[in-house]
Amino acid sequence: MDRFTIVDDERAAEIPARLTGGRVLLDPAALKDTLGWEMHDGLLCSDAMCIPVADDAALVREGGIDLEGFARTLDRALAVDVEEHAAFLGGSARERAQALASQHAPDFTLPDLDGRPHSLSEQRGKKILLVAWASW
Amino acid sequence: MITVALDKTADDARPWIEAASPTHPTLIDPRHVLADLYNVVNVPTIFWIDERGRIVRPNDVAFGADTFKHITGLESARHLAALRAWVRGEGPALSADEVRRHQPLPTEDHQRARAEFGLGQWLWTQGRTAAAERHFVRGGELAPHDFTIRRGTMPMRGIDSMGPQFREMLQTWVGAGQPYYRPLPDTAGASGSGSAR
Repeated sequence: MDRFTIVDDERAAEIPARLTGGRVLLDPAALKDTLGWEMHDGLLCSDAMCIPVADDAALVREGGIDLEGFARTLDRALAVDVEEHAAFLGGSARERAQALASQHAPDFTLPDLDGRPHSLSEQRGKKILLVAWASW
Repeated sequence: MITVALDKTADDARPWIEAASPTHPTLIDPRHVLADLYNVVNVPTIFWIDERGRIVRPNDVAFGADTFKHITGLESARHLAALRAWVRGEGPALSADEVRRHQPLPTEDHQRARAEFGLGQWLWTQGRTAAAERHFVRGGELAPHDFTIRRGTMPMRGIDSMGPQFREMLQTWVGAGQPYYRPLPDTAGASGSGSAR
């Protein structure tokens, strides 16, 4: 078994995986221990929710959880680098679009120059000018 | 006011922030969390958010000064006047209908592009720069209008973000009739009391 790193938000989980025919098959027990997801009775479940699995065979292969099928079931964008043994789970287009269409400003928490975290929601009750900029 | 720097490290943004000695939160976002949540495709991008946490001016382009006016063709005065009027309660924001009309929404390919950026950025933090490069390039191919990826990754790739490679990219893009900046149309927000002009 190889070790594969899955980056999900700020977490980087190392999960034993088998690489076969361009596919990444994750160890189910390790997936549960690290990212908190497990398969049972045709459902992919975490502590918070269960998602019905449309195509069992595409998700569970040779005793492993197929990484692409896993991301598709969670409706997450996926980038994979098989050589580097690393993957990134990104945001769902559907979720992001729904959130923006609701016109509620999505909350976020980011650090300042001293590493102190600040959240948008701390400013509730004020009018806010939010500016994205960069030195480049 | 909250500013968010889509820079690779705090040190890249630090000189500008320290020179401004601001009293508002000045945040650092190397992972492009804000770009992902707000569908930001270039800088500067501004949003107005009201007291209830609702977006009342989505993804607009506005500069705080006219330093780059000769290049961008965008004047700071119009937005600053509209902003001042809104903050003082003397001018309108956009209506919910206008916000809906002007709010750009991300596609599946764009979110895949952002995942490629995310993987590249993580690999870069691990010192795996050659691998990072291919994901930054792939991200730019999936979302060619997203300059937080195409230009914003240049400092991580050892490319001068103001240099010939950027100028060539820009010329090709603009030459194909595509906009580098996407400000809201002049009519946005002008349907209210009119004092926003």
